[in-house]
This record gives sequence, C-alpha cells and structure tokens, in this order.
Amino acid sequence: MTTHDTRPGSAGGADTPGPLHGGPDDDYTPEQLAAMSRDDLDRLGARYDGVQVLHVDPGPEPGSALERRYVRQVGAVFMLAGLAAFAFVVVYVGSGWFLPDWEWTIDAGTWSSLFTPLLGLLMGLSLTLVGVGMVLYSKKLLPHETAVQDKHDGSHFDRVTTGATLVSGLHKSGLARRKLITRSLAFMGGGLGLMLLMPLGGLLKNPNTGNPLGRTSWAQGVRLLRDDGTPIRPGDQVPGSLETVFPAVTGGNRESDAATMLIRLRPEQVAVDRPREGQADFGYGDYVAYSKICTHAGCPVSLYEQETSRILCPCHQSQFDITQGAKPIFGPATRALPQLPLALDDEGYFVARSDYIEAVGPTYWNRERI
Amino acid sequence: MARTATAPGAPTTRLGKAAVDFDDRLIVAGPLRRTLNKVFPDHWSFLLGEIALYSFIVLLLSGTYLTFFFDASMREVVYNGSYAPLRGVEMSAAYDSALDLSFDVRGGLFMRQVHHWAALLFVASIILHLLRIFFTGAFRRPRETNWLIGVGLLVLAILEGATGYTLPDDLLSGTGLRIISAIILAIPVIGTWAHFAVFGGDFPGELIIGRFYIVHVLLIPAILLALIAVHMLMLVKQKHTQFPGPGRTEHNVVGNRLFPTFAAKAGGLFFVVFGVIAMLAGLVQINPIWLWGPYNPAQVSAASQPDWYVMFLDGSTRLFPAWDINLPGDYTIPALFWPTLILPGILFTLLALYPMIERKLTGDTAAHHLLQRPRDVPVRTSLGAMAVTFYFWLMISGGNDVIADKFQLSLNAMTWVGRLGLVILPPLVYVITYRICLGLQKHDREVLEHGIETGVIRRLPHGEFIEVHQPLGPVDAHGHGQLAYGGAPVPKKMNQIGGARRAIRGFFTPIEEPTAVELEQRREARGLAAAEDRDLTTSGRPSEGGRPSEGGKPQEPRD
Ligand code: HEM
Ligand code: FES
Repeated sequence: MTTHDTRPGSAGGADTPGPLHGGPDDDYTPEQLAAMSRDDLDRLGARYDGVQVLHVDPGPEPGSALERRYVRQVGAVFMLAGLAAFAFVVVYVGSGWFLPDWEWTIDAGTWSSLFTPLLGLLMGLSLTLVGVGMVLYSKKLLPHETAVQDKHDGSHFDRVTTGATLVSGLHKSGLARRKLITRSLAFMGGGLGLMLLMPLGGLLKNPNTGNPLGRTSWAQGVRLLRDDGTPIRPGDQVPGSLETVFPAVTGGNRESDAATMLIRLRPEQVAVDRPREGQADFGYGDYVAYSKICTHAGCPVSLYEQETSRILCPCHQSQFDITQGAKPIFGPATRALPQLPLALDDEGYFVARSDYIEAVGPTYWNRERI
Repeated sequence: MARTATAPGAPTTRLGKAAVDFDDRLIVAGPLRRTLNKVFPDHWSFLLGEIALYSFIVLLLSGTYLTFFFDASMREVVYNGSYAPLRGVEMSAAYDSALDLSFDVRGGLFMRQVHHWAALLFVASIILHLLRIFFTGAFRRPRETNWLIGVGLLVLAILEGATGYTLPDDLLSGTGLRIISAIILAIPVIGTWAHFAVFGGDFPGELIIGRFYIVHVLLIPAILLALIAVHMLMLVKQKHTQFPGPGRTEHNVVGNRLFPTFAAKAGGLFFVVFGVIAMLAGLVQINPIWLWGPYNPAQVSAASQPDWYVMFLDGSTRLFPAWDINLPGDYTIPALFWPTLILPGILFTLLALYPMIERKLTGDTAAHHLLQRPRDVPVRTSLGAMAVTFYFWLMISGGNDVIADKFQLSLNAMTWVGRLGLVILPPLVYVITYRICLGLQKHDREVLEHGIETGVIRRLPHGEFIEVHQPLGPVDAHGHGQLAYGGAPVPKKMNQIGGARRAIRGFFTPIEEPTAVELEQRREARGLAAAEDRDLTTSGRPSEGGRPSEGGKPQEPRD
C-alpha cells in the first residue's frame, strides 16, 4: 500500500468521471437503444434484471366491442366510488346544517342513529368500489403477462472478499492481541448497559411496606353502607337476599378491594351453615358478610343462586357455597371468599369488627405471609 | 453528466426531462427498474399477509385520529356530555373522553369503530397468514428468520390489542384490567413487585391507563412498524415462495411484474380492505362503551368477554383446575399462573421454534422456494390441525357461559366437556387429518396412473362394464400413465383439462365472435407450449423437479 495515489484529483491533473453507475452502457450505445421499440426496451431491462416475459395475453383489442364494454364497466365503478365519496362529504358536512342534527338523542329511528351507519356505508362503498375498479381494470383491460424471474444464490466471490475485508479490519485493530483493551471494553459495555437501565428502577416500589395488598378500609366500628351511602340495620333485608356494601369512609364505594356482600341467610341455610374454623362468630344472627372480590382473578362475584346457596363469579365461573364459609366448590378458584366479622353499633347499624383477617382478592406468592 | 441528456433517444417531453433531471441527482433509475420488474407469484393465499399489512395502515391512521381527542387520565370527572343516561355520573377522564369521542365529535364514533374493527381484522389476518405459511412449508430455510419475526408480530399485535382494549376504562375493560392485574400478581416470587412496578401500587392506582396509553400508541406500534419493515425487506430479498406448477422451479418465480399488474391488484386490495373495515365500522356496532358504564370494582357485566384473540386465554383460565401449589414457608404458586402465563409461553415458544423442530425431525436442511401442498406433508399438516383444534377449543371455552345460557346447559357440564375435549379432540383430529392427507395423496396418484374418470361407461364385448378414463399424458404398454407427481394440483375433472370450451362472453347478446374465441384458445394453447419449451436455465442451472410435462424428478413428499 502506498500513500501516493497516482490518479489525478483535486491535488492536480484532470478530474475525469469514472464509469457510469448501473446498467451496461458499454454494451448498448445510445444509438442502439434509440433504435429499439419501447416494448423491446422494456424487455431488455427486464432481462437485465433476470426477468423473462414469457407470454403476453394482450387484453381486449383497442376499439373492439369488448374493450368498450370493459371501459364502460370500469368507468362506471370509479364514477360510483366518487359519488359515494361526495355523498359522504354531504352527510358529514350537512348534518346539523341542511340535514337534521347528528347528535345523540334518546329516540331511535332519527337521523342521529343513521349518521354513523351512513358514514360507514358511504365511505366503505366508495373505498371498496375504488378497489374493485382497480382489480377490474387489471383483470379486464391490462395485458396479462406471465413473467419469470430468476432467483439467485449468494455469490462465493462476495462472501470471500467481504469476509476478507471484515477480518482484515479486525486484524488491523489488533483487538485479538490486545487483551487489556477487549477486557476493558467488556467491562465498560457491561457498566454502560447497566447504567442505562438504572432509571427504570424508578418504577420499582416495595409492595411489602405498609401492607397495601393485605389491607382494606374496613376496621373496627366502620359502618356497612350501601352504594347510595345509607347504613343497614338487621331486618332491612328479607331472608335470602344479598346486598353489596362498602366501608363508610370517603371513597369507600370506589375502593377496589373493599366491596363486600351482606347476605341474610334463610332459615334452612342457617340450619346447615358450617362456617370456617374459628370464624363461627363472624356472622351476626342470620347475617354473614363475605368479600365480593373473587379469590381467583379479582372479578366481583355477583350472581347469587338462593336455592343452592351458591355465588357464581361471571369471569371464570368459580362457585362459592355461602353455607360452607364461601368455600369454592367448582371452577378455578382455590380459596374461600374472606369473611368480614360483623357487629352492630350503638344505633343498631351494621359495622365491621375489624378488617378482613386475611388478604382479599387473588392469590399471590407470599399472600399467606401477609 | 450522464450521457442520456444529449444522447439520441433522450426524452423530449417535459415529464421525461424532469425524470432525467431527477436521476441525475439521485441515480435511481436502476433500482427503480429492478423494483418495477420484480415478479410476484399469484395465489389467493398470498393476499393474507397483505390484508394484515393494510389493516395495520388503517389502524395507524384511525388510531392517530383518536389520539387528538382521547385523554388517557384516571382523574375523576363528572360526565356532562350529550349522552343523557350517563350525565352526572362520576367517571375517569379516560372514559369521559371516550364518550365524547362517541357522542360529541362529529364522526368520532365512526372512527372509534373503524379502529376497533381494523384491530380485529389485523389479528385475524395475521393468524390466517401464519396458517398459510405453516401449512405450505413457507417457513423452511431460508425463511426461518421471517417466521420468527412473524411470531413476534403476532404476539405484539395481541398485546397491542389488549392494551388498547383497556384504555376507555369502561366496566368491561376495567374487568379485563383487574384480571391482568391478578395475572401479574400470580407470577411466582416477583409477582407483587412486578405488579407494583406496572401499576405503581395496588390495583388500580392512578397511573395504569396513562402507562398503557404510551405503550399502546408509541412503544408497540414503533416496534411493530420496525419489524414489519424488516419482514418486508426480507421478503423482497428472499423473493416469494410459489406453488409448484408448469415452469416453476426452485430457482425462479413465475407471476406478474410489480408494475403495472401487481401494483394495480395490491392497490385494489388495499382499498377493498379499507372499504370493508369502513363498512363494518358504520353498520356493525362494536364495543358500545356507553352501555357498559364506567369502571367500578364492585360491578361486572354478565357475559363479559375480551376481544376474540384473547379469548383462548380466557378459555384456558376457565378450564384449568383449581390447583394452587403450596410450598413450604407459606409460599404459593397460584393456579392462575399456569393457564395465563405458562400455557401461552409454551404455545408461542413451540410456534416460534417449529421450523427448527421440523428441521431436526426431518433432517431437511435444504433451501426451499417451492411450497408444499398440505396433503403431501401429512405429519406437519396433522400437527397443525391438532394445534388449531386446541386453540379453537380454548377459544370456544372462553364463551362457555354464553353457550350454556343459550342452550340451557349446566355450566359445570360445559366446563367438564371443555376439559375432556381439550385432551381428547386434538389427537383425534391428528389421526383424522393424517388419514385424509393419505387419501388425497392416493387419489392424486391414481388419477395420474389411470387418468380422469370421464363418466362414460362402456360395455366390453364379454359383457363387463368399464368406465372410460382419460389419461393425462403418455401411457405405457399397460395403459398406465407415466406422469410423475410433481407437487402441483392434479386435474380431476374433464373441464380442468379443456374438456369444455370457454363460454362466449356477453350477457344478453354475445359480444364475441365464436370463431375469434376459437382462435384465441388455439393461440393460448400455443403460448403455453412456448412457455414449456423455454429453456428455463438462463443462469446455466439445470432446471429441476416439479415439471410433470418433462416427467421431471418428482418431489418426494417428506414428513
Ligand atoms: C403484523 C403482522 C404481519 C404483517 C403485516 C405481515 C405481512 C406480510 C406480507 C404482506 C407478506 C407477503 C405476502 C404473503 O406471503 O402472504 C408476508 C410474508 C411472510 N410472513 Fe408475514 N405478516 C405479519 C405477520 C406474520 C406472522 C405472524 C408470521 C408467522 C409466524 C409471518 C411470517 C411470514 C413469512 C415466513 C413470510 C414469507 C412468506 C413467503 O415468502 O411465502 N408473518 N408477511
Ligand atoms: S375471577 Fe372469579 S372465577 Fe376467575
């Protein structure tokens, strides 16, 4: 290798252009190309790109009845597409101006209930017709040609020369020999990678401090309120009924885990009621309260079937038997719904005796330890 | 300065001169010609990937529109818009703005529905596209990488759909979000940490909608876009696969050039896809969030269902038995973990690795550009049918409560049918598919050997009745066809080999000359013959296999 480039350049001598980029200009003089027909030029270029046009079905003869017919068809389709598009514009702009209002009204069968369907119909029609027109055009009016393109495998020459360039560059850098540099590079790379990841640490939050997972707003003396904020006395509900209640704290009825079902058992149910161990006194008279949050994946369980004493979760159909401490008896849930210990306050309204004694909602790794 | 500017034959029109000027600056004539000349094979199943691409474009357009109005915030507001039944109700700003989009933005509801329908079509077409790649063996070397990218696209598309579904913060999406939260919690060891990292605290917190929003409108679309670009570049580089047929070899592509035929058809398809989505969006209501109401952790709407592409996970969650694993030290691996994380993990890993698995099993490491007919690879086809059965069975189970309700069946019975079916049906489908494949193969060979049944019955001198068969090619001394099977469809009806003439066109009156049609058909026959005669080995390579007309080496079916 030498630093003396003998070719002329900006440092002196004439600056002559190199060979032209691309096609084989040396094989085809401009005169030769000018003498060729457009079709031949097309084929020539295609051949140069490894494409042979085998067979052309020229499409309908110019001026023939067939052509006129297809031209009419395609033209009509495009025309209709344009019409539908303009109709869309009219509906969009005109509603509330020279057409009735598009805004929502409570009655069915008005313009407003037609507005969206009309927009969709017209835009859909217009776009579909554009597509149909294009396909029709290519099927009926374009010549059908069958072309064959060669597929090439990689070139040995390219592989060997590229490999040589890569390896020689690497070789010249001497990285393979200079171990200290490779090691420091690896160290640096690891550090940099970690450093750039660090800000993601801002996402982390300790789930174990303050026990937010195992807690709800229920606590000793907190009243059970209906969604509308009214408290409940024994006797307000008929036997066999269920009401959803929330803790009497601000935002209690929006709290994700606090929703509770207050159920008044029927006498037959009371007779067979077998509460969970150690929770026999959690109920109050014929009332029991269970968490509404499914222990499977956290949906609110909602369907209460009195005859079978079952509560069904609509999400994956777990079923809980409220005469057996809300134990799951079918479906994917594995744990009973936690029970809320009940009492009455001085005014005779239902209150909680404490928070739930276990975490409500879905199971997780260390749930039993919280 | 290029010679063309002054050379004979230089363009004289204004457009032509502008083109030369352009090329002087950018030198694009060569690559442009190469692109215009690129040959695309013609088969309906190749359109499925295109449909996915076009619905993605519609998604980008309609989604961008929605962002002009949507407010991804969980701030509590009181609704005060046009939809009277919800006026005065407390809700999140996200739900409020989604309601505004539906009722107070002109055409907003239409755009919301365009976006949702496009999403459904997007995932559906990806899955159909994947099935066609799978069943025809298009994933084989050298296209394994594109298969992997494809699986990545599918997973991302599902995640994109799931995050989008959550955004409006209505009762349905909130219920979905609650389940997502439970699934994250269910991860062993790090579950609670992961949940707090994603939600910024206990469920639901105040951040999740905003976080999902940026994931939905920026993160995943950007990755999708990049992957789709690589997917397409690789397709251009590796060229299309094609089905075997006359003149088609491992070293060529037979079809139409990009310009003008393919461009016109592909452009047409784009408009049809867009049009169909628009039509659905206008006429078929989807996700009417105002009927669900705002999210409230204490409420749920009956028969709440996710979008169809997540339903298989809903199904697996319903069917999986209540098996918590209790570990010493009071640690638990929740039952929910298996059907929602492990199962899809295994499914998508198997899917992604399938090309490598098949390569290991068959030992076939050669490059393939000719597709296979599913019947010719019975093991793969049966495995695929088995997997599809598994998937659809799970999907149906995701709606088992609706089915139970409609047909007055017990839910518990439905669950048991679902569990048993999941174990019994896939192997059964495997066996049946395998049989069908072999039967179809045998029939192909029979027709090649004995010819097409003509339906003409002849009585032989000694009284025996035989059906006359039309051989497809030259026969040997015993009257047996000598054509080898080439992996292409075998004609099985007389009409397919020109037993009937083409009809003369015209609705009320003929608009063609019968004699002209006759001539045209003769010309066509000659054209085809010319194609067959052509030396397909311009590159000096012997053409090989798959050409029945040459009695070429048959492609051994592999399985
Ligand atoms: C975002 C989603 C996707 C888009 C927009 C997309 C688009 C396309 C398009 C337009 C083609 C060419 C037409 C065709 O062969 O059908 C293609 C080819 C291909 N796609 Fe996809 N695709 C997507 C997802 C997938 C998936 C999920 C897989 C498989 C797991 C996949 C694997 C492939 C392969 C292997 C090819 C090459 C096929 C051949 O050359 O015959 N793609 N894709
Ligand atoms: S959330 Fe209740 S069964 Fe799954």
